Amino acid sequence: MDNIIELRKVDKIYSGAVDTQVLFGIDLGFEEGSFNSIIGQSGSGKSTLLNILGILDVPTHGEVNINGNRTDTLDKNRLAELRNEMIGFVFQFHYLLPEFTALENVLIPCRIRKGRVDEETRRQAGELFEMVGLSKVKNNMATKMSGGQQQRTAIARSLINKPKIILADEPTGNLDSDTTATIYKIFRKINQQYGTTFIIVTHDRKIAEEADRIVEVKDGRIEMDIRK
Amino acid sequence: MLPFTIAARFLRSAKSQTVLIIIGIAIAISVQIFVGSLLASLQKGLVEKTAGNLPHITISAAIDGNAITGWRDIVDSVEDDDSIEIVSVSADSNAFMGIGDNNKPILLRGFVFDDADRIYGIGESIYEGDINQERGDVLVGKELAEELDIKLGDYLALTAPGDIVGQVRVSGFFDLGVANLNELWVITDLETSQELFGFGDAVTSIELDLYEIFEADAIALDIEDMLGNPSSIKVENWKGQNDDLVSGLDGQRMSSVIIRVAILASVVIAIASILVISVLQKSKQLGILKAMGIKDRDASLIFVYQGFILGLAGSVMGILLGVFLFYVFVSATDNGDSSPLIAFRLENGFLIQSFIINVIASGMAGLIAARRSSGLNPIDVIREG
Repeated sequence: MDNIIELRKVDKIYSGAVDTQVLFGIDLGFEEGSFNSIIGQSGSGKSTLLNILGILDVPTHGEVNINGNRTDTLDKNRLAELRNEMIGFVFQFHYLLPEFTALENVLIPCRIRKGRVDEETRRQAGELFEMVGLSKVKNNMATKMSGGQQQRTAIARSLINKPKIILADEPTGNLDSDTTATIYKIFRKINQQYGTTFIIVTHDRKIAEEADRIVEVKDGRIEMDIRK
Repeated sequence: MLPFTIAARFLRSAKSQTVLIIIGIAIAISVQIFVGSLLASLQKGLVEKTAGNLPHITISAAIDGNAITGWRDIVDSVEDDDSIEIVSVSADSNAFMGIGDNNKPILLRGFVFDDADRIYGIGESIYEGDINQERGDVLVGKELAEELDIKLGDYLALTAPGDIVGQVRVSGFFDLGVANLNELWVITDLETSQELFGFGDAVTSIELDLYEIFEADAIALDIEDMLGNPSSIKVENWKGQNDDLVSGLDGQRMSSVIIRVAILASVVIAIASILVISVLQKSKQLGILKAMGIKDRDASLIFVYQGFILGLAGSVMGILLGVFLFYVFVSATDNGDSSPLIAFRLENGFLIQSFIINVIASGMAGLIAARRSSGLNPIDVIREG
C-alpha cells in the first residue's frame, strides 16, 4: 500500500527566549488503511508530531505530504479544505460545540464542506450514531451528555466527511476503562469497514499494543517502529 | 449559512449577555431617535412659524413698488423649474386707507387668489366675510380693522401721497397670525390693484414656494443667474432675511449630528468590545472549527453576523423606544392651552437612515472581533486543552 501521509526530514523548533527543538529530522510514513499508534512520554514530541501530520502545525524544516499534496505549497484556504476533506480529528478533550446538539455537531464538518446537509449525509450521520451507540441521544445538546458519549459523538463527527485519515490525540485520556475499550472497538470497526487510516497518539502502552504498528517517539526522535 | 447559524447560537448560548447588550444598544439608539426627532420637529415647527406662510423666494423690482419688466418671461421660466412648487404674482403698492380723517398706512396687495392662498393660507385666515366677490372688494387684516373700526361692507378711501386713488369695499377680514401683516396688508385681486395704481398688466413681485425650503438660498442664486443678474431686479430668499434663525437652526442641526455620531460610536464600541470578549470566550469552539477546516473568512463572518444581529435587534428596539419616548414627551408637554409644545412629527427618512447606519456600523463593529478571530491558531487552543 502507498503512504497516505508522509513526513520527510521534519524538524520543529519553538522560538522563544530560548529556542526549543522538539522534533529532529523525522522521516515517517503511514500506509493507507493502516491502524497505527504513536507512543511516548509526556514532552517527547508525539503530540507535536500528530499536529504536524494533521497540518494544524507547520514544521520548521522538512516536508509533509498528504495524499500526494505537498502541504508547504498550499495556501491557508487550501490547507483548511484538505483538513476538512482528508482528516478527521479526535482530541483528548472532545471539543464539541456546546451550543449545538450532538447531531448538529456531527454535521458541522459537512456544512463546512458543502454549506448544507443533504439527505444522504443525514442518513450517514444516523448510521454513525448507530455505530457509536448514541442513536437515542443524538438530539441532546452536547452539554447534556456524559464524557464518554461526548467523545463518541466527536468520533462520529470525525467520520462524517468520510476522511481517509483519523488523527486521535489521547482520545480516551479522560475516560474510564470500559468506555476506553468501547471506543477502541469502534476505531477498529471503522478501520475495517471504511479502510480509514488511524494514527492514535497515546502514552498508554496497553492501548498502543492494540494497533498494527507502534511508533515510539523519544526526545523528538523515532526511537522504535514496530509493525505486527 | 453555517457562520450565521453559529453566530445565532453563540448569541443564544450567552442569553443574559446578549439581552443586556441589545438593551444597551436599544437605549443608546432610542436617545438618538428621541433627540433627532425632537430637534427635527422643533426645527420644522420654527421654520413653519417663520417661513411657512411666507414666500420662500421673492422676485421684485430693485426699486420697491416698481413693476417688474418682462415678468411673464420670468414666470414662464420659474414655472418650468422642478424645485419650485408654487408661483404667485402680485401687484403691490403702499397707500393710506381709512374713513374720513382716520387713515392708516397700508400695503395693498393684489393677488391671483388661488396662487397666493397656497402660500399664505388666506382662505383659512378669513374669520368674517369672504374672499373678494367683485372688482374693488378688499380683505382687511384684524388689527387694522379694529384700529379703523371697520365693518363688513364699509367703503374706504385709498389715497396715495397727495392723491386720491379710489374707493374699495370691505368684503372680509383675515387673521394671518402675524400682527404686523394684519395691520399693514389689505388684500385684493390682481386686476383691482393693477387698475387702482395704474400698473396696466404689470406686477411688482413674483413669489415662490419651494419643495425644499432649505434650498432657498441656492435656488435664489440659480434664478439670479438664469435672469442674467439684471440690476433692475432683486431676488430675495427667506434664509437671507432670517440670518439669526438660520444660523440657530444650523447649530441645532450640527448638534443633532454630533449627538448621533457620538451615540453611533458608543454603539460600535459596545458591540466591538462584547464581541472581542466573545472571541476569547469562544476560542475553543473557533479552534475546533478551524481544525475541522472552516476558513478564516467564514470564521470572521460569525462575528460580523453577531454584530449585525445585535445591531438589528438593538436598532429595532431602540427606534420603537425612541419613538415612544418622543410621543410621551410631546404628550406630556403643552403650551398651556392643551395644544402640544411641539408637534409629534416623525421623519421616516431619518428613522430609516438611522436604522441602516446603525445596523451597518454594528456589522462593522463585528469586523474588529473578526480580525482577532482570524489571528486565532487552532493549535494554540488544542495545545492548551
